[in-house]
Amino acid sequence: MKRTSVLLAAVALGIVWQIAAWALHRPILPPPLEVLSVFATEILGELGLDFLASLARVVASMALAVLTAVPAGLALGQSPSLNRVFSPVIYILYPIPKVVLVPVILLFLGISDVAKVVIIFLILFFQILVLVRDQAAAIRPELVASVRSLGAGRRALFRFVYYPASLPAILTALRQSIGTAVAVLYVAELFATQHGLGYYIYLHGSTLFDYPRMYAGVVAMSLLGLGLYFGVDWLQRRLCPWQYAA
Amino acid sequence: MIEVDGLSFHYPDGTAVFEGFTWHVAAGEAWAVLGPSGCGKTTLLYLLAGLRIPNLGAVRIGGERVARPRPRSGLILQDFGLLPWATVHDNVALGLRVRGFYGPDGKHAPAGEAVTARREITHAWLDRLGLSHLAGSYPGQISGGQRQRTAIARTLALSPDLLLMDEPFAALDAPTREDLQNLTLQLRAETALTTIVVTHTIEEAALLGRQVLVLGRLPNRLPRLVPNPGAADPAFRATPEYVAACTRLRRELEAAR
Repeated sequence: MKRTSVLLAAVALGIVWQIAAWALHRPILPPPLEVLSVFATEILGELGLDFLASLARVVASMALAVLTAVPAGLALGQSPSLNRVFSPVIYILYPIPKVVLVPVILLFLGISDVAKVVIIFLILFFQILVLVRDQAAAIRPELVASVRSLGAGRRALFRFVYYPASLPAILTALRQSIGTAVAVLYVAELFATQHGLGYYIYLHGSTLFDYPRMYAGVVAMSLLGLGLYFGVDWLQRRLCPWQYAA
Repeated sequence: MIEVDGLSFHYPDGTAVFEGFTWHVAAGEAWAVLGPSGCGKTTLLYLLAGLRIPNLGAVRIGGERVARPRPRSGLILQDFGLLPWATVHDNVALGLRVRGFYGPDGKHAPAGEAVTARREITHAWLDRLGLSHLAGSYPGQISGGQRQRTAIARTLALSPDLLLMDEPFAALDAPTREDLQNLTLQLRAETALTTIVVTHTIEEAALLGRQVLVLGRLPNRLPRLVPNPGAADPAFRATPEYVAACTRLRRELEAAR
Protein backbone atom coordinates (compact mmCIF):
# COMPACT_ATOMS: atom_id res chain seq x y z
CA MET A 1 0.00 0.00 0.00
CA LYS A 2 1.34 3.43 -0.92
CA ARG A 3 2.07 5.82 1.89
CA THR A 4 0.26 8.72 0.23
CA SER A 5 -2.94 6.71 -0.22
CA VAL A 6 -2.88 5.67 3.44
CA LEU A 7 -2.47 9.33 4.41
CA LEU A 8 -5.30 10.38 2.08
CA ALA A 9 -7.57 7.73 3.61
CA ALA A 10 -6.77 9.08 7.11
CA VAL A 11 -7.59 12.63 6.01
CA ALA A 12 -10.86 11.45 4.43
CA LEU A 13 -11.85 9.67 7.67
CA GLY A 14 -11.03 12.86 9.58
CA ILE A 15 -13.33 14.85 7.29
CA VAL A 16 -16.19 12.37 7.78
CA TRP A 17 -15.65 12.59 11.54
CA GLN A 18 -15.68 16.40 11.41
CA ILE A 19 -18.94 16.46 9.44
CA ALA A 20 -20.51 13.97 11.85
CA ALA A 21 -19.40 16.11 14.81
CA TRP A 22 -20.99 19.21 13.26
CA ALA A 23 -24.18 17.39 12.45
CA LEU A 24 -24.56 15.76 15.85
CA HIS A 25 -23.31 18.74 17.84
CA ARG A 26 -23.17 16.94 21.18
CA PRO A 27 -20.30 16.43 23.68
CA ILE A 28 -20.23 12.66 23.03
CA LEU A 29 -18.64 13.32 19.62
CA PRO A 30 -16.03 16.08 19.86
CA PRO A 31 -14.48 17.33 16.58
CA PRO A 32 -11.24 15.66 15.48
CA LEU A 33 -9.00 18.71 15.88
CA GLU A 34 -10.02 19.10 19.51
CA VAL A 35 -9.31 15.41 20.13
CA LEU A 36 -5.97 15.67 18.35
CA SER A 37 -4.86 18.61 20.47
CA VAL A 38 -5.82 16.74 23.66
CA PHE A 39 -4.00 13.70 22.24
CA ALA A 40 -0.88 15.78 21.56
CA THR A 41 -0.64 17.00 25.16
CA GLU A 42 -1.80 13.76 26.79
CA ILE A 43 0.54 11.49 24.84
CA LEU A 44 3.46 13.18 26.60
CA GLY A 45 1.89 12.42 29.96
CA GLU A 46 -0.58 9.89 31.33
CA LEU A 47 -1.76 8.64 27.92
CA GLY A 48 1.84 8.04 26.81
CA LEU A 49 2.48 5.81 29.83
CA ASP A 50 -0.72 3.87 29.21
CA PHE A 51 0.25 3.51 25.56
CA LEU A 52 3.62 2.05 26.59
CA ALA A 53 1.96 -0.30 29.07
CA SER A 54 -0.36 -1.65 26.36
CA LEU A 55 2.45 -1.84 23.80
CA ALA A 56 4.63 -3.77 26.25
CA ARG A 57 1.81 -6.30 26.85
CA VAL A 58 1.22 -6.89 23.15
CA VAL A 59 4.90 -7.12 22.29
CA ALA A 60 5.57 -9.52 25.17
CA SER A 61 2.66 -11.70 24.01
CA MET A 62 3.90 -11.62 20.43
CA ALA A 63 7.42 -12.61 21.45
CA LEU A 64 6.15 -15.40 23.67
CA ALA A 65 3.81 -16.67 20.95
CA VAL A 66 6.53 -16.69 18.27
CA LEU A 67 9.02 -18.41 20.57
CA THR A 68 6.62 -21.21 21.47
CA ALA A 69 4.33 -21.61 18.45
CA VAL A 70 7.06 -21.64 15.79
CA PRO A 71 9.01 -24.64 17.15
CA ALA A 72 5.73 -26.46 17.89
CA GLY A 73 4.40 -25.71 14.40
CA LEU A 74 7.64 -26.83 12.75
CA ALA A 75 7.63 -30.05 14.78
CA LEU A 76 4.02 -30.84 13.85
CA GLY A 77 4.58 -29.89 10.22
CA GLN A 78 7.60 -32.16 9.91
CA SER A 79 6.11 -35.16 11.65
CA PRO A 80 2.82 -36.54 10.29
CA SER A 81 2.50 -38.93 13.25
CA LEU A 82 2.87 -36.11 15.80
CA ASN A 83 0.37 -34.09 13.83
CA ARG A 84 -2.12 -36.97 13.83
CA VAL A 85 -2.07 -36.94 17.62
CA PHE A 86 -2.35 -33.18 18.11
CA SER A 87 -4.42 -31.97 15.21
CA PRO A 88 -7.80 -32.99 16.73
CA VAL A 89 -6.91 -31.02 19.86
CA ILE A 90 -5.94 -27.99 17.81
CA TYR A 91 -9.04 -28.44 15.70
CA ILE A 92 -11.21 -28.11 18.79
CA LEU A 93 -9.28 -25.30 20.48
CA TYR A 94 -8.47 -23.14 17.45
CA PRO A 95 -11.98 -21.75 16.74
CA ILE A 96 -12.84 -20.98 20.40
CA PRO A 97 -12.98 -17.19 20.68
CA LYS A 98 -10.21 -16.69 23.20
CA VAL A 99 -11.82 -13.55 24.58
CA VAL A 100 -14.39 -15.68 26.43
CA LEU A 101 -11.48 -17.13 28.37
CA VAL A 102 -10.67 -13.73 29.87
CA PRO A 103 -12.66 -14.31 33.10
CA VAL A 104 -11.27 -17.84 33.43
CA ILE A 105 -7.69 -16.69 33.04
CA LEU A 106 -8.25 -13.84 35.48
CA LEU A 107 -9.57 -16.40 37.98
CA PHE A 108 -6.49 -18.54 37.61
CA LEU A 109 -3.76 -15.97 37.14
CA GLY A 110 -5.24 -13.11 39.10
CA ILE A 111 -5.28 -9.52 37.94
CA SER A 112 -1.58 -9.39 37.11
CA ASP A 113 0.09 -8.38 33.87
CA VAL A 114 0.80 -12.06 33.31
CA ALA A 115 -2.92 -12.74 32.89
CA LYS A 116 -3.24 -10.07 30.21
CA VAL A 117 -0.16 -11.28 28.36
CA VAL A 118 -1.42 -14.87 28.49
CA ILE A 119 -4.80 -13.96 26.99
CA ILE A 120 -3.24 -12.26 23.97
CA PHE A 121 -0.63 -14.99 23.76
CA LEU A 122 -3.38 -17.63 23.39
CA ILE A 123 -4.86 -15.83 20.39
CA LEU A 124 -1.53 -15.43 18.64
CA PHE A 125 -0.26 -18.88 19.58
CA PHE A 126 -2.93 -20.86 17.74
CA GLN A 127 -2.87 -18.61 14.71
CA ILE A 128 0.92 -18.95 14.33
CA LEU A 129 0.92 -22.65 15.21
CA VAL A 130 -1.59 -23.53 12.52
CA LEU A 131 -0.04 -21.42 9.77
CA VAL A 132 3.54 -22.52 10.50
CA ARG A 133 2.47 -26.17 10.72
CA ASP A 134 0.70 -26.01 7.37
CA GLN A 135 3.64 -24.18 5.82
CA ALA A 136 6.16 -26.72 7.10
CA ALA A 137 3.96 -29.60 5.94
CA ALA A 138 3.70 -28.05 2.48
CA ILE A 139 7.46 -28.05 1.91
CA ARG A 140 8.06 -30.32 -1.06
CA PRO A 141 9.89 -33.54 -0.23
CA GLU A 142 11.94 -32.99 -3.39
CA LEU A 143 13.29 -29.76 -1.91
CA VAL A 144 14.27 -31.46 1.33
CA ALA A 145 15.86 -34.36 -0.61
CA SER A 146 17.93 -32.09 -2.79
CA VAL A 147 19.15 -29.99 0.12
CA ARG A 148 19.99 -33.18 2.03
CA SER A 149 21.98 -34.32 -0.99
CA LEU A 150 24.10 -31.17 -0.58
CA GLY A 151 25.12 -32.51 2.82
CA ALA A 152 22.48 -30.91 5.03
CA GLY A 153 21.57 -32.77 8.21
CA ARG A 154 18.77 -31.85 10.61
CA ARG A 155 20.34 -28.60 11.82
CA ALA A 156 21.22 -27.30 8.38
CA LEU A 157 17.77 -28.25 7.08
CA PHE A 158 16.24 -26.19 9.86
CA ARG A 159 18.54 -23.25 9.15
CA PHE A 160 18.34 -23.28 5.35
CA VAL A 161 14.90 -24.77 4.65
CA TYR A 162 12.40 -24.90 7.51
CA TYR A 163 13.18 -21.57 9.12
CA PRO A 164 13.08 -19.43 5.94
CA ALA A 165 10.07 -21.39 4.66
CA SER A 166 8.08 -20.59 7.79
CA LEU A 167 9.01 -16.90 8.06
CA PRO A 168 6.16 -15.67 5.83
CA ALA A 169 3.70 -17.83 7.79
CA ILE A 170 4.89 -16.36 11.11
CA LEU A 171 4.57 -12.80 9.87
CA THR A 172 1.25 -13.41 8.14
CA ALA A 173 -0.14 -14.98 11.31
CA LEU A 174 1.02 -12.00 13.36
CA ARG A 175 -0.45 -9.50 10.91
CA GLN A 176 -3.78 -11.33 10.74
CA SER A 177 -4.12 -11.57 14.49
CA ILE A 178 -2.98 -8.10 15.53
CA GLY A 179 -6.50 -6.69 15.17
CA THR A 180 -7.97 -9.38 17.43
CA ALA A 181 -5.05 -9.08 19.84
CA VAL A 182 -5.56 -5.34 20.33
CA ALA A 183 -9.31 -5.82 20.71
CA VAL A 184 -8.80 -8.44 23.39
CA LEU A 185 -6.16 -6.28 25.02
CA TYR A 186 -8.83 -3.60 25.40
CA VAL A 187 -11.18 -6.04 27.08
CA ALA A 188 -8.41 -7.39 29.31
CA GLU A 189 -7.45 -3.89 30.39
CA LEU A 190 -10.97 -3.13 31.54
CA PHE A 191 -10.41 -5.54 34.42
CA ALA A 192 -8.59 -4.40 37.51
CA THR A 193 -5.67 -2.44 36.23
CA GLN A 194 -4.51 1.15 36.49
CA HIS A 195 -2.38 1.15 33.35
CA GLY A 196 -3.06 0.60 29.70
CA LEU A 197 -5.17 2.16 26.98
CA GLY A 198 -8.24 0.05 27.78
CA TYR A 199 -8.24 1.41 31.32
CA TYR A 200 -7.60 4.97 30.06
CA ILE A 201 -10.51 4.86 27.61
CA TYR A 202 -12.88 3.34 30.14
CA LEU A 203 -11.87 5.73 32.92
CA HIS A 204 -12.32 8.89 30.85
CA GLY A 205 -15.38 7.70 28.99
CA SER A 206 -17.52 5.98 31.59
CA THR A 207 -16.26 7.37 34.88
CA LEU A 208 -15.05 10.92 34.29
CA PHE A 209 -17.18 11.70 31.20
CA ASP A 210 -14.19 13.50 29.70
CA TYR A 211 -15.00 12.71 26.06
CA PRO A 212 -12.08 14.43 24.29
CA ARG A 213 -9.72 12.39 26.50
CA MET A 214 -11.68 9.21 25.83
CA TYR A 215 -11.38 9.81 22.09
CA ALA A 216 -7.65 10.56 22.48
CA GLY A 217 -7.43 7.09 24.04
CA VAL A 218 -9.35 5.58 21.12
CA VAL A 219 -6.95 7.29 18.71
CA ALA A 220 -3.97 5.93 20.68
CA MET A 221 -5.41 2.42 20.59
CA SER A 222 -5.99 2.70 16.84
CA LEU A 223 -2.43 3.92 16.36
CA LEU A 224 -1.18 1.00 18.42
CA GLY A 225 -2.96 -1.48 16.15
CA LEU A 226 -1.95 0.35 12.98
CA GLY A 227 1.65 0.74 14.13
CA LEU A 228 1.97 -2.96 14.91
CA TYR A 229 0.35 -3.86 11.59
CA PHE A 230 2.70 -1.63 9.62
CA GLY A 231 5.65 -2.82 11.69
CA VAL A 232 4.98 -6.46 10.81
CA ASP A 233 4.33 -5.49 7.20
CA TRP A 234 7.69 -3.73 7.09
CA LEU A 235 9.42 -6.74 8.67
CA GLN A 236 7.85 -9.01 6.06
CA ARG A 237 9.19 -6.83 3.25
CA ARG A 238 12.62 -6.84 4.85
CA LEU A 239 12.78 -10.53 5.71
CA CYS A 240 10.84 -12.04 2.80
CA PRO A 241 11.89 -10.04 -0.27
CA TRP A 242 11.18 -12.97 -2.62
CA GLN A 243 7.46 -12.58 -1.94
CA TYR A 244 7.52 -9.11 -3.44
CA ALA A 245 9.78 -9.84 -6.43
CA ALA A 246 7.77 -9.39 -9.62
CA MET B 1 32.89 -47.12 -8.35
CA ILE B 2 29.29 -48.06 -7.56
CA GLU B 3 28.49 -51.56 -6.37
CA VAL B 4 24.88 -52.50 -5.84
CA ASP B 5 24.92 -56.00 -4.35
CA GLY B 6 21.92 -58.16 -3.63
CA LEU B 7 19.77 -55.08 -3.15
CA SER B 8 16.23 -55.54 -1.91
CA PHE B 9 13.93 -52.63 -1.34
CA HIS B 10 10.23 -52.51 -0.48
CA TYR B 11 7.93 -49.52 -0.24
CA PRO B 12 6.31 -49.07 3.19
CA ASP B 13 3.13 -50.64 1.74
CA GLY B 14 5.09 -53.85 1.05
CA THR B 15 5.48 -53.50 -2.74
CA ALA B 16 8.86 -54.98 -3.64
CA VAL B 17 10.77 -52.72 -6.02
CA PHE B 18 14.11 -54.53 -6.05
CA GLU B 19 14.87 -58.10 -5.05
CA GLY B 20 18.41 -59.39 -5.03
CA PHE B 21 19.36 -56.76 -7.57
CA THR B 22 23.05 -56.47 -8.49
CA TRP B 23 24.55 -53.79 -10.70
CA HIS B 24 28.03 -52.26 -11.03
CA VAL B 25 29.19 -48.93 -12.41
CA ALA B 26 32.83 -48.08 -13.10
CA ALA B 27 34.30 -44.62 -12.50
CA GLY B 28 33.86 -42.15 -15.34
CA GLU B 29 31.06 -44.08 -17.05
CA ALA B 30 27.97 -42.42 -18.52
CA TRP B 31 24.83 -44.34 -17.60
CA ALA B 32 21.19 -43.87 -18.37
CA VAL B 33 18.47 -45.66 -16.40
CA LEU B 34 15.41 -46.12 -18.58
CA GLY B 35 11.99 -47.39 -17.66
CA PRO B 36 8.28 -46.60 -17.57
CA SER B 37 6.90 -44.65 -14.62
CA GLY B 38 6.57 -46.72 -11.47
CA CYS B 39 9.42 -49.06 -12.41
CA GLY B 40 11.59 -47.96 -9.48
CA LYS B 41 14.16 -45.86 -11.34
CA THR B 42 13.78 -42.85 -9.07
CA THR B 43 13.92 -45.18 -6.07
CA LEU B 44 17.21 -46.58 -7.40
CA LEU B 45 18.61 -43.06 -7.71
CA TYR B 46 17.50 -42.19 -4.17
CA LEU B 47 19.16 -45.38 -2.92
CA LEU B 48 22.39 -44.34 -4.66
CA ALA B 49 22.02 -40.84 -3.20
CA GLY B 50 21.68 -42.23 0.33
CA LEU B 51 18.16 -40.81 0.69
CA ARG B 52 16.66 -44.31 0.94
CA ILE B 53 18.19 -47.26 2.74
CA PRO B 54 17.99 -50.82 1.30
CA ASN B 55 16.01 -53.44 3.22
CA LEU B 56 18.62 -56.02 2.30
CA GLY B 57 21.92 -55.97 0.48
CA ALA B 58 24.13 -52.94 0.10
CA VAL B 59 24.94 -49.96 -2.03
CA ARG B 60 28.64 -49.10 -1.95
CA ILE B 61 30.22 -46.10 -3.59
CA GLY B 62 34.01 -45.82 -3.67
CA GLY B 63 34.12 -48.89 -1.40
CA GLU B 64 32.00 -47.25 1.31
CA ARG B 65 28.53 -48.33 2.25
CA VAL B 66 25.99 -45.59 1.54
CA ALA B 67 23.87 -44.95 4.62
CA ARG B 68 23.32 -41.21 4.22
CA PRO B 69 23.93 -38.66 1.45
CA ARG B 70 27.54 -38.83 0.43
CA PRO B 71 29.41 -35.49 0.17
CA ARG B 72 30.93 -36.35 -3.21
CA SER B 73 27.65 -37.31 -4.88
CA GLY B 74 25.60 -34.61 -6.58
CA LEU B 75 21.84 -34.95 -7.11
CA ILE B 76 19.72 -33.02 -9.60
CA LEU B 77 15.95 -33.46 -9.63
CA GLN B 78 13.35 -32.55 -12.22
CA ASP B 79 11.96 -29.66 -10.25
CA PHE B 80 11.41 -28.15 -6.82
CA GLY B 81 15.07 -28.53 -5.88
CA LEU B 82 15.82 -24.81 -5.56
CA LEU B 83 15.02 -22.72 -2.52
CA PRO B 84 12.22 -20.40 -3.69
CA TRP B 85 13.21 -17.73 -1.16
CA ALA B 86 16.86 -17.56 -2.20
CA THR B 87 18.32 -15.77 -5.20
CA VAL B 88 20.04 -17.66 -8.00
CA HIS B 89 23.36 -16.63 -6.45
CA ASP B 90 22.37 -17.88 -2.99
CA ASN B 91 21.02 -21.11 -4.42
CA VAL B 92 24.31 -21.77 -6.21
CA ALA B 93 26.19 -20.96 -3.00
CA LEU B 94 23.89 -23.15 -0.85
CA GLY B 95 25.95 -26.36 -0.95
CA LEU B 96 29.09 -24.44 -0.07
CA ARG B 97 27.28 -22.73 2.81
CA VAL B 98 26.03 -26.09 4.09
CA ARG B 99 29.64 -27.33 4.00
CA GLY B 100 30.78 -24.23 5.86
CA PHE B 101 27.99 -24.80 8.40
CA TYR B 102 29.37 -28.19 9.44
CA GLY B 103 33.03 -27.79 8.56
CA PRO B 104 35.01 -30.59 6.85
CA ASP B 105 33.70 -33.34 9.14
CA GLY B 106 33.77 -36.15 6.57
CA LYS B 107 30.07 -36.78 7.18
CA HIS B 108 28.29 -33.73 5.76
CA ALA B 109 31.29 -32.47 3.78
CA PRO B 110 34.46 -34.16 2.49
CA ALA B 111 37.01 -34.50 5.29
CA GLY B 112 40.00 -32.19 5.29
CA GLU B 113 38.54 -29.80 2.72
CA ALA B 114 37.52 -26.50 4.24
CA VAL B 115 35.51 -24.23 1.93
CA THR B 116 37.73 -21.20 1.50
CA ALA B 117 36.75 -19.46 -1.72
CA ARG B 118 32.95 -19.60 -1.60
CA ARG B 119 32.50 -16.30 -3.42
CA GLU B 120 34.95 -17.14 -6.18
CA ILE B 121 33.61 -20.66 -6.71
CA THR B 122 30.01 -19.42 -6.79
CA HIS B 123 30.81 -16.70 -9.30
CA ALA B 124 32.86 -19.03 -11.47
CA TRP B 125 29.94 -21.47 -11.76
CA LEU B 126 27.35 -18.73 -12.29
CA ASP B 127 29.59 -17.54 -15.10
CA ARG B 128 30.21 -21.00 -16.57
CA LEU B 129 26.48 -21.68 -16.80
CA GLY B 130 25.64 -18.23 -18.15
CA LEU B 131 23.70 -17.18 -15.05
CA SER B 132 25.70 -14.13 -13.93
CA HIS B 133 23.07 -11.67 -15.16
CA LEU B 134 20.39 -13.54 -13.16
CA ALA B 135 22.36 -13.78 -9.91
CA GLY B 136 19.92 -11.49 -8.06
CA SER B 137 16.72 -13.10 -9.40
CA TYR B 138 14.54 -15.58 -7.54
CA PRO B 139 13.71 -19.02 -8.99
CA GLY B 140 10.12 -17.91 -9.56
CA GLN B 141 11.33 -15.19 -11.90
CA ILE B 142 13.42 -17.29 -14.28
CA SER B 143 12.66 -19.94 -16.92
CA GLY B 144 12.69 -23.69 -16.35
CA GLY B 145 15.94 -24.04 -18.27
CA GLN B 146 17.59 -21.34 -16.18
CA ARG B 147 16.34 -23.01 -13.01
CA GLN B 148 17.90 -26.28 -14.07
CA ARG B 149 21.17 -24.48 -14.91
CA THR B 150 21.08 -23.06 -11.38
CA ALA B 151 20.63 -26.55 -9.95
CA ILE B 152 23.53 -27.85 -12.04
CA ALA B 153 25.78 -24.96 -10.95
CA ARG B 154 24.88 -25.56 -7.30
CA THR B 155 25.74 -29.25 -7.56
CA LEU B 156 28.96 -28.84 -9.57
CA ALA B 157 30.18 -26.07 -7.23
CA LEU B 158 30.76 -28.88 -4.72
CA SER B 159 33.06 -30.66 -7.22
CA PRO B 160 31.31 -34.05 -7.07
CA ASP B 161 32.76 -37.20 -8.64
CA LEU B 162 29.31 -38.68 -9.23
CA LEU B 163 26.34 -36.88 -10.70
CA LEU B 164 22.86 -38.38 -10.23
CA MET B 165 20.06 -36.84 -12.28
CA ASP B 166 16.36 -37.67 -11.98
CA GLU B 167 14.41 -36.75 -15.14
CA PRO B 168 16.41 -33.53 -15.16
CA PHE B 169 15.04 -32.13 -18.42
CA ALA B 170 11.56 -33.67 -18.57
CA ALA B 171 9.76 -30.43 -17.81
CA LEU B 172 11.60 -28.36 -20.44
CA ASP B 173 10.70 -27.53 -24.03
CA ALA B 174 12.59 -29.37 -26.79
CA PRO B 175 15.25 -26.75 -27.71
CA THR B 176 16.05 -26.03 -24.04
CA ARG B 177 16.22 -29.76 -23.35
CA GLU B 178 18.72 -30.33 -26.18
CA ASP B 179 20.72 -27.35 -25.05
CA LEU B 180 20.98 -28.66 -21.49
CA GLN B 181 21.70 -32.22 -22.65
CA ASN B 182 24.64 -30.87 -24.65
CA LEU B 183 25.77 -28.79 -21.70
CA THR B 184 25.64 -31.85 -19.44
CA LEU B 185 27.80 -33.78 -21.89
CA GLN B 186 30.30 -30.90 -22.11
CA LEU B 187 30.53 -30.59 -18.33
CA ARG B 188 30.93 -34.36 -18.09
CA ALA B 189 33.88 -34.20 -20.46
CA GLU B 190 35.43 -31.28 -18.57
CA THR B 191 35.15 -32.70 -15.08
CA ALA B 192 35.61 -36.48 -15.48
CA LEU B 193 32.29 -37.10 -13.75
CA THR B 194 30.53 -40.40 -13.48
CA THR B 195 26.96 -39.68 -14.56
CA ILE B 196 23.72 -41.56 -14.02
CA VAL B 197 20.65 -40.07 -15.67
CA VAL B 198 17.23 -41.48 -14.88
CA THR B 199 14.76 -40.93 -17.69
CA HIS B 200 11.56 -42.30 -19.18
CA THR B 201 12.51 -40.94 -22.62
CA ILE B 202 14.12 -43.39 -25.04
CA GLU B 203 15.85 -40.60 -26.99
CA GLU B 204 17.39 -39.12 -23.86
CA ALA B 205 18.68 -42.50 -22.69
CA ALA B 206 20.14 -43.15 -26.15
CA LEU B 207 21.96 -39.81 -26.14
CA LEU B 208 23.23 -39.62 -22.56
CA GLY B 209 23.92 -43.26 -21.69
CA ARG B 210 26.95 -45.09 -23.03
CA GLN B 211 25.40 -47.88 -21.04
CA VAL B 212 21.69 -48.10 -20.46
CA LEU B 213 20.06 -49.95 -17.59
CA VAL B 214 16.46 -50.84 -18.45
CA LEU B 215 14.05 -51.38 -15.58
CA GLY B 216 10.56 -52.78 -15.95
CA ARG B 217 8.03 -54.93 -14.13
CA LEU B 218 8.30 -54.99 -10.34
CA PRO B 219 10.20 -56.38 -8.62
CA ASN B 220 13.39 -55.75 -10.59
CA ARG B 221 15.69 -58.76 -10.16
CA LEU B 222 18.10 -59.04 -13.07
CA PRO B 223 19.38 -55.83 -14.64
CA ARG B 224 18.86 -55.53 -18.42
CA LEU B 225 21.92 -53.78 -19.79
CA VAL B 226 22.16 -52.23 -23.24
CA PRO B 227 25.61 -51.06 -24.38
CA ASN B 228 25.50 -47.87 -26.43
CA PRO B 229 29.15 -46.96 -27.06
CA GLY B 230 28.64 -44.03 -29.42
CA ALA B 231 26.58 -42.01 -26.92
CA ALA B 232 27.52 -39.14 -24.61
CA ASP B 233 28.50 -36.97 -27.56
CA PRO B 234 26.16 -34.24 -28.89
CA ALA B 235 27.04 -35.24 -32.48
CA PHE B 236 25.66 -38.75 -31.85
CA ARG B 237 22.13 -37.41 -32.36
CA ALA B 238 22.72 -37.07 -36.12
CA THR B 239 24.04 -40.60 -36.69
CA PRO B 240 22.25 -43.75 -37.89
CA GLU B 241 23.66 -45.53 -34.81
CA TYR B 242 21.55 -43.20 -32.65
CA VAL B 243 18.39 -44.21 -34.48
CA ALA B 244 19.38 -47.87 -34.16
CA ALA B 245 20.02 -47.38 -30.43
CA CYS B 246 16.56 -45.87 -30.01
CA THR B 247 14.98 -48.83 -31.80
CA ARG B 248 16.90 -51.29 -29.66
CA LEU B 249 15.97 -49.51 -26.45
CA ARG B 250 12.32 -49.40 -27.47
CA ARG B 251 12.40 -53.17 -27.93
CA GLU B 252 14.10 -53.70 -24.57
CA LEU B 253 11.62 -51.44 -22.87
CA GLU B 254 8.70 -53.41 -24.27
CA ALA B 255 10.34 -56.69 -23.29
CA ALA B 256 10.85 -55.43 -19.75
CA ARG B 257 7.19 -54.59 -19.19
